[in-house]
Amino acid sequence: MSGVHVACRLPLADFVLEADLTLPGRGVTALFGPSGSGKTTLLRCVAGLARGAGRVEINGECWQDDARRFFLPTHRRALGYVFQEASLFAHLSVRANLEFGLKRIPAAERKVGWDAALELLGIGHLLERGTEALSGGERQRVAIARALLTSPRLLLMDEPLAALDARRKHEILPYLERLHDELAIPVLYVSHSPDEVARLADHLVLLEQGQVLASGPTGEVLTRLDLPLARDEEAAVRVDARVLSHDEAYQLTCLGFAGGHIQVTRKALAVGAPARIKIQARDVSIALAGDNRSSIVNRLPARIVGFGEAAHPAQCLVSLDVAGTPLLARITHLSRDQLGLVEGMMVVAQIKSVALLG
Amino acid sequence: MHLSVDDWSAIRLTLELASIVTVLLLIIGTPIAWWLARSRSPLRGVVGAIVSLPIVLPPTVLGFYLLVLMGPHGAVGRFTEALGLGRLPFTFTGLVVASILYSLPFVVQPVQNAFMAMGDRPLEVAATLRASPLRTFFTVALPLARPGFITAAILGFAHTVGEFGVVLMIGGNIPDKTRVISMQIYNHVEALEYGQAHGLAALLLGFSFVVLLALYTVGGARNTLGAGR
Repeated sequence: MSGVHVACRLPLADFVLEADLTLPGRGVTALFGPSGSGKTTLLRCVAGLARGAGRVEINGECWQDDARRFFLPTHRRALGYVFQEASLFAHLSVRANLEFGLKRIPAAERKVGWDAALELLGIGHLLERGTEALSGGERQRVAIARALLTSPRLLLMDEPLAALDARRKHEILPYLERLHDELAIPVLYVSHSPDEVARLADHLVLLEQGQVLASGPTGEVLTRLDLPLARDEEAAVRVDARVLSHDEAYQLTCLGFAGGHIQVTRKALAVGAPARIKIQARDVSIALAGDNRSSIVNRLPARIVGFGEAAHPAQCLVSLDVAGTPLLARITHLSRDQLGLVEGMMVVAQIKSVALLG
Repeated sequence: MHLSVDDWSAIRLTLELASIVTVLLLIIGTPIAWWLARSRSPLRGVVGAIVSLPIVLPPTVLGFYLLVLMGPHGAVGRFTEALGLGRLPFTFTGLVVASILYSLPFVVQPVQNAFMAMGDRPLEVAATLRASPLRTFFTVALPLARPGFITAAILGFAHTVGEFGVVLMIGGNIPDKTRVISMQIYNHVEALEYGQAHGLAALLLGFSFVVLLALYTVGGARNTLGAGR
């Protein structure tokens, strides 16, 4: 059976962690929720570092099944684990850290090559250093490479960016996006940053007080108005697009996605190249169909799916459907009433700005 | 300062005793320290207290009970006789056994502290990199606890060199067999040979100072000891 199945029950200090999840067998699944919601504990249960009651099965390989009294200890699970702080072995050089896991993997089972891992994380020049001499971002990249070199069947990442400042985060995010594109294994990624989730996750699991509030494709979960995510100041959706063409005269690049196309300022990307874009709810406004004149270039026909409350009482959230692609807009109650917006109505979503990810 | 042949013999015997005891203590003390650092057993407190007893117990009390236990009517004595090993009191082997018990806390505690200070994380990391618990112990826990082991070895050695009461109770004063430096100083004072006593006493004083100096230097250098290779 393909896919990742995790059933776990574990009483914690303040609540009971209870999850029964079926997740995609490849791509990044984000475990998202506020601090202390049980995300890390759930990840530790999957790794066997914590002992919850239940079942863990990764693409047909069983790691734990309490019904059969079966529990594989952590060191016999083919997983990679990246901790919040890099946790490199202080008594070993970077090279010896990388070799620590690798040397225990029989040559025939090595799927991630030494050179490939070094190149993917950009750490070839650090090999002979001691771990003390590395920056926070470098350490975390070494830790990720060290985990990958064990050729895991599942990669677990526990807020790998949380301990880094904003600059280091931006230094390491492109590497994580490359991981996402090049690895054929499932990744469970714990995060409490909506931005990271929007950038990296294909599938999203929302946890609160140990309970699973939602589990589904990222776009769907991010735009569900009954969930706290949409209410976040930084609420956004991610759209997977592709470069259609460049307009040299106006210095614009046209990106196509399932629901239409969108123009952004000229990017140095080849025609046909994939481009992930992020559209924040606060950058989307709504106009009535008919009047086409506006300084806003990107105007997409959309259907209103529903309304939800925003963090500020003056505002509300509008969930939109752009020919199959979900979009989120944050507008004032005043505009909603003045425009007479109702569910099911066709409107124009005006997108003021778009962020290209990666 | 002139040292007699007997003095040199006492010095040689003391160094031999302290070396053997230190090596054995590191072997015996490490698993005890590991268990004390990582076990959640309710027996932890009891075992910890027993191991630490020699810190507060007068050495004569420890020596007295060892004498009784290892003597002809004691459980250990009968056991060693049944094995054909003879009796332990007033032998070098007896002195080794007594010194191990006497110096145990001085080796166990620094190692235990080092194991506790490293926390669970390095062991968990090793497990996620496919290292078995045994391999993790040897390739991660032991190297990371190195400063603790250095402290333990120095303290165990020095404490054994300095023991007197236990030796007095079970070792006696047999030249070349159980007469260690501290006993020899006692002999000199008894015989009113203050000059001779001074020679050995000054030697021990200097030794103790150098040991503590080394300890504090190593302690201060702990960060560099853990880093790199």
